Amino acid sequence: MIGMHIPDGFIDGPTSLVAGLIAIAAVAWCVRRTTDTLEDRHIPVVGLAAAFIFAAQMLNFPVASGTSGHLLGGVLGAVLVGPWAGALAVTVVLVVQALVFADGGLSALGLNVVNMAVVGSFVGYAVYLMLRRMFGARPSSVTGAAGIAAFVVPIVTSILFTVEYAIGGNDAVSIGSLAGAMVGVHALIGIGEGLITGLAIGAVMTMRPDLVYGARDVGPRAAAAILRGATS
Amino acid sequence: MRRLSIAAFVLLGLTVAVALVILVAPNANANPDGLERVAAEQGIDTGAVDHALADSPLADYGVDGVDHRYAGTWVAGLVGVAVAFTIVTALLLVVRRARGSAPEASSSATA
Repeated sequence: MIGMHIPDGFIDGPTSLVAGLIAIAAVAWCVRRTTDTLEDRHIPVVGLAAAFIFAAQMLNFPVASGTSGHLLGGVLGAVLVGPWAGALAVTVVLVVQALVFADGGLSALGLNVVNMAVVGSFVGYAVYLMLRRMFGARPSSVTGAAGIAAFVVPIVTSILFTVEYAIGGNDAVSIGSLAGAMVGVHALIGIGEGLITGLAIGAVMTMRPDLVYGARDVGPRAAAAILRGATS
Repeated sequence: MRRLSIAAFVLLGLTVAVALVILVAPNANANPDGLERVAAEQGIDTGAVDHALADSPLADYGVDGVDHRYAGTWVAGLVGVAVAFTIVTALLLVVRRARGSAPEASSSATA
């Protein structure tokens, strides 16, 4: 087994059902918003984001003795195509993984979508925006802010999983101990997540910075405006 | 440097995804991932059940009946890349058509 999202049997039915309903509502909103705002010619870029995240999730890297990690992809998708389209891309990856590759439980699909697609994209993008404002409107800020936001997201996701487990977990275990273990290993996974996300966004920034949703206000025109502001 | 068209950019990106599947995926770290490891250590996996689709032909990113480590991963990875790209692109195109015109009147699906 080279990848594992939340399987069936970890978290009880009612909690999974609530997560499923939240996931359906959130994804429907994302589809609506994406088709309202995205230009037709940018649609294949969202497809590419999904394809790339699928491929990258197969590349488990070592994080500690006997443990591996893989990209979650929320920040990569959100910075590249926006949090709405990005959440949609990650959702499709999770659905394909659950239905075709038996990775991630069917009843747990809503939990996985909420954690990795919805929270991963939107919380990730919020962290990205905050950092980018701190770093200034330069292309290197886009890459750096994306990388650091991508480091933070697996930690947030691991805390969210612990909260979900505290609500509906099927085993009686120490939640504090679970939280510590989850955050510890996902902080290490975050290093890989940050590096891969930074590399991928950095590569797109050298080729087509205008395609990077999170860099729409960064570029030659934005830079010129800043220079004018600085010299006037 | 001449700017890549969107179609060329997407093709390049898909090529990178395919290259990662072919060259890197078969050598990915096979240890349990973070969640799986913590679940076993903390004892939260006692209720875990086998995946309902565990017997499907591409379960666990391999091909049922193919023992060759590379070939199974390659087929599974290539199918996943193709399916993920196609579903997302088709879904957005179909919903866009159903919901009316695009913003900024850009009607060209290729550029």
